[in-house]
Amino acid sequence: MSVRVGSSATSSPFPKAAHAALDNSQLRRNVKHATDIIQLKRKNMTGELPDWEELRNAGHAIKNHTLRYLDVYLEEFERNFTAHGGVVHWARDADEANAIIGRIIKGKAAREVIKVKTMTSNEIKLNEHLEEIGITPHETDLADLIVQLGNDRPSHIVVPALHINRVQIREIFEKRMPLKELGIEELTDDPEQLAEAARRYLRHKFLTVNVGISGANFAVAETGSLVVVESEGNGRMCLTLPDVLISVVGIEKLIPKFQDLEVFLQSLPRSSTGERMNPYNSIWSGVTPGDGPQEVHVVLLDNGRTGLMPEEESRETLNCIRCGACLNACPVYHQTGGHAYGSVYQGPIGAIITPQLQSLEHSRSLPYASSLCGACYDVCPVKINIPEILIMLRGKIVREDQNTLLGKLHPENMAMQAMALVFASSGLMTAAEGVAKLVQFPFVHNGAITHLPGMLSGWTQTRDLMPLPKQSFRQWWSEREWKTNRGQR
Amino acid sequence: MASDNSRTDILNRIKVALDAKDDGREALCAAEWHEIPRQYRRIDQLEQSELISLFDSRLRHYNGTPFYGEGNVADDIARVLALRGKRVLIVPPAFPSEWRPAGFMFIPDENLTNEQLTLNDGIVTPCSIGIALTGTVVLESSREQGRRAATLVPDYHLCIVRREDIVEFVPEAIRRLERSKDRALTFFSGPSATVDIEMTRVRGVHGPRTLDVLII
Repeated sequence: MSVRVGSSATSSPFPKAAHAALDNSQLRRNVKHATDIIQLKRKNMTGELPDWEELRNAGHAIKNHTLRYLDVYLEEFERNFTAHGGVVHWARDADEANAIIGRIIKGKAAREVIKVKTMTSNEIKLNEHLEEIGITPHETDLADLIVQLGNDRPSHIVVPALHINRVQIREIFEKRMPLKELGIEELTDDPEQLAEAARRYLRHKFLTVNVGISGANFAVAETGSLVVVESEGNGRMCLTLPDVLISVVGIEKLIPKFQDLEVFLQSLPRSSTGERMNPYNSIWSGVTPGDGPQEVHVVLLDNGRTGLMPEEESRETLNCIRCGACLNACPVYHQTGGHAYGSVYQGPIGAIITPQLQSLEHSRSLPYASSLCGACYDVCPVKINIPEILIMLRGKIVREDQNTLLGKLHPENMAMQAMALVFASSGLMTAAEGVAKLVQFPFVHNGAITHLPGMLSGWTQTRDLMPLPKQSFRQWWSEREWKTNRGQR
Repeated sequence: MASDNSRTDILNRIKVALDAKDDGREALCAAEWHEIPRQYRRIDQLEQSELISLFDSRLRHYNGTPFYGEGNVADDIARVLALRGKRVLIVPPAFPSEWRPAGFMFIPDENLTNEQLTLNDGIVTPCSIGIALTGTVVLESSREQGRRAATLVPDYHLCIVRREDIVEFVPEAIRRLERSKDRALTFFSGPSATVDIEMTRVRGVHGPRTLDVLII
């Protein structure tokens, strides 16, 4: 069993990758522009609903309930999807899912596939697998196409090319598209023209490639339906024009009944792109005779998800409907963009989902990539308490480290242990304050400590530290008591 | 087969993780679903005239264009198509013959190829539901409303909505769609669009670039 989440196992730790991102002013401008706009749109669209909080509560309750009975709902989904002529496959991990999908495509002797944006396929690195076995995957979502043609990596769950501006997009298209053949003499950086180029580039693929690959936003147990929510119509193209459709779906995407869509079809579009409803939703169950693909598969993927289920607090991570609102709201994401997270899942949700899927074996720096300000929790349409989970993960990581000899002897751990002792005793605390007041003297300049030596330098790298005052609170308090008592006498 | 073992493994992992007992689990699950709090708005509140004006404004907001019927549907259809300069239209196999005005060519979609779906001026269909609050129209796969590809590949879509099928909220729409929930459903709100380039909304990436809605 090997759980793989994109290339996160081999990515640089967050602080290192973040430095590179922070040095890229163009990237930061692009990220700020896009996140500012989405945030404002989201705020307007959620603000106009008087029952927004009730929708969040319902979404949270539905997801919690589903996960508590996930085995029941998965079997119900399987029964109904199969009854409608679909084929259900189960994959324990990324390798199994890739092997199943590769086998189906090879069985059709297909050399190309068209893809609708699917996070799950990025998670299992499906494109890389397909290329290895000689199948060309064509991304059809405009942003994914930009990322694919630019040999880049997605930087946002919902708008993967948010870090690239129109001038850069034009350069990529000029380099990688046969513009003359598409009847385009000159390409400007006008978004309308760029979208038109993408339309022409993909049109032929849509009409001729006969295997489509998708993910799903929801899987409805009661009807055996899959739901894909999108904007451009590339999703509908991939879902209806090919002869064969394969959807790769994480097991946490289940919802119990058709009626439950009344909640998520309100909360997802408003949270993700700030629209009352996104342009297109497709819902289908297995095969529809005479309409769309007549061979329909779904691959239900575990890939570490069941590992999050025993503890209630961790399990809540699986409530996520991938709206991306927490990325847009996060002050850390605002500064670094998505690449620094080294995961296909970026931002606050990425910081909790990526390490947990991999049993904390990789991406151990991600739970620290947060100021714990709580903005992610406030905007989450299914009320995942991300800050609390981040703290829990930090605790787990520290305790795991403390269980190794190297971790025990690590200066940071020893310092923290010493601090714990000092904080636990009032006498030690007073003594330590006295020592610190003496020791700080050479570091104070103009009333602030701007550089600390050695291990402590990390703290002052990006902020000043206020020196300890002449009189501590506890000194002031005891003096005050003494004066008051004297006054009374 | 690997998939069989995988199925057993995954379901077992879940049951162990949840400490699930088999006795009465399904009944308990059904009972708990009914206890999910649903305090959000579920019952429509607006009068029909207000509903239609809300639907109208939301449709325009998403770049769809509303038209209003004046009594005779065929005449209404002819009026819109003439205004748009469309002459050759695809219709679903069971599209009512009394809705096909003279002077236009209507091609019933009897298994047209993908290529054939591109060789026309557009498509005309009825629909199941209109949702006022979000400016959304819902189509279901049927002989009356057509298959999904037929409303996707052509560049123009004229969709006919009955006044009584317009609802205010998403929950009311979902309630009315309950009878068609096993069918392939397509929700659309305005013509195809993207915001992938610097969050600028661009119309018509892949689906029909023009959406007209005739309210009868």
